[in-house]
Amino acid sequence: MKDLLYADADRFDCRDAFVATLEDLGAQDTAIVAVCNDSVGSSKLAGFRDRFPERLINVGIAEQNMVGVGAGLANGGKIPFVCAASPFLTGRALEQIKADVAYSRTNVKLIGISSGMAYGELGPTHHSIEDFAWIRALPDVPVVAPADRHETAAAIRWAVAHDGGCFLRLSRVGVPDLLPDGHVFRLGVADTLRDGGDVTLIANGVLTHRVMEAASLLSNRGIDARVLNMASVRPIDAHAIVAAARETGAILTAEEHTTFGGLGSAVAEVVVDHAPVPMTRMGVPGVFAHTASANQLLDDFGMTPDAIADAAQTVLARKG
Amino acid sequence: MDVDELERLANHIRRRDLRAVFEAGAGHIGGEMSVIDILTTLYFDVMDVDPARPDWANRDRLVLSKGHTALALYVVLSERGFIPKDEVSSFLQHNSRLNGHPNRVKVPGVETNTGPLGHGLPVGVGMAKAAKLDGASWRTFVVVGDGEMQEGSNWEAIMAARQFGLDNLTLIVDHNGLQQGAALADTNDLAPLLPKLEAFGWTAREVDGHDIGALRAALSRDAVTPGRPTCLVAKTNKGHGISFMSGNVAWHHKVPNADQYATAMAELEGEAG
Repeated sequence: MKDLLYADADRFDCRDAFVATLEDLGAQDTAIVAVCNDSVGSSKLAGFRDRFPERLINVGIAEQNMVGVGAGLANGGKIPFVCAASPFLTGRALEQIKADVAYSRTNVKLIGISSGMAYGELGPTHHSIEDFAWIRALPDVPVVAPADRHETAAAIRWAVAHDGGCFLRLSRVGVPDLLPDGHVFRLGVADTLRDGGDVTLIANGVLTHRVMEAASLLSNRGIDARVLNMASVRPIDAHAIVAAARETGAILTAEEHTTFGGLGSAVAEVVVDHAPVPMTRMGVPGVFAHTASANQLLDDFGMTPDAIADAAQTVLARKG
Repeated sequence: MDVDELERLANHIRRRDLRAVFEAGAGHIGGEMSVIDILTTLYFDVMDVDPARPDWANRDRLVLSKGHTALALYVVLSERGFIPKDEVSSFLQHNSRLNGHPNRVKVPGVETNTGPLGHGLPVGVGMAKAAKLDGASWRTFVVVGDGEMQEGSNWEAIMAARQFGLDNLTLIVDHNGLQQGAALADTNDLAPLLPKLEAFGWTAREVDGHDIGALRAALSRDAVTPGRPTCLVAKTNKGHGISFMSGNVAWHHKVPNADQYATAMAELEGEAG
């Protein structure tokens, strides 16, 4: 019998939590500014603009300039939130992120909006399934993918307090609540959403609720799965990964990202170095996606709760 | 400091730069000779900076977007008191904080890390915008090479600066007409730059980039048009002050041998009087 925890749950767009939090914090701290590339609508910044018109800096459709302007604003004492569709922010302006944010160690908050395959049918130009790999290759830019609206709000509060750059990846695809209202985000610390001893499922972003459903399915099959919400891809919670390897003996990762260099790769690096155990990585298998909606693409790439549960059983069977 | 003193100082900085290139066996000497009068005028006449407080919030900002001429900036910063004068000898040495491109995390007085071309002006736009948001009077100066203006990111920033009315931003184009391997005119000829900048809504002027008196006048607050950013197209000579390097594309990053070094130093010393 299926026990779909979230199938009928209300779903929320994390962008709403982002802008609500940004407006609250912006009211308290005039150093907070938003920078965007004509993306007031897609970044949901109209409210921020209306409340703080001088602090909404729209550079037009010019992503390289956008990130450079963010670095300059930080030099002038501002706390810039640079907001743009994730593929253009991270792809077009990658060298600015490297030189002006990471290497220059500027206090720039990079907000990748509609990340992953959120743009669905618009196609691979608008998908951002490489950004974990690109950004986590850079020193000094934490990479964070919140799983729900409460974690998003918490991550924004953390970002303002954090003295340095960071990259937050926010989907537009609705997700159910997983973490409590008032959740406190801790960089580099995974949340154990479900404890278990047979296998560990690790995910973040829009995949976390799917692996929670998979864990529920596994429970029905008599398998006790641990679920780690690994919002922080860099720095990654090596302690939780090693503990999961030692205590459950098998690990599955699932992500809205290519399997080349993302969350699964980051987890595998820790596993290989410190606690080798059977592992399987789910994600986009190194291809440009076909035409489908965001959630349909996740299904098509084998990340339905059922398929995740099946993959977990397969990796579990490889345990020595 | 009067113009004579600034000229003597610029000559001294040229000699220190030449020696450091010779000793390090690397550098970008042509572009350094090209930009030194501009940097000297900025740091010793125009800009309000305090070496004892490199992070002072109301300092004027300089972004050397043509970061490959970092050595010229290091020598200027050392003469201005941001770093010890004898540290210039460590240029490119193992574990020196003075690598081939400036690093703000390591070197006091450097505002942003440059090296990849076309990065400085967008950052300068952000700095100038920050000052505007605060109603602060500090100014931002960005120095780019003329070949660097081929980077599209500059033109994104040029549009934004005009849109934001950044009259506290000055772009100085070190217009020596030579890029790494050939003349600008033979590569991707952006000249004349003045009408292009004017077409984008900037106040643009040409200035002799080796006439310190003209530079200080062009860089003064009085020369600013309210509501518009300023571009100075500084006509310069790559290798200025050293006859066999002057206007010679071969000296983009060539290193003088001992004879050439002696000749070059003698010429600069002769000019110093």
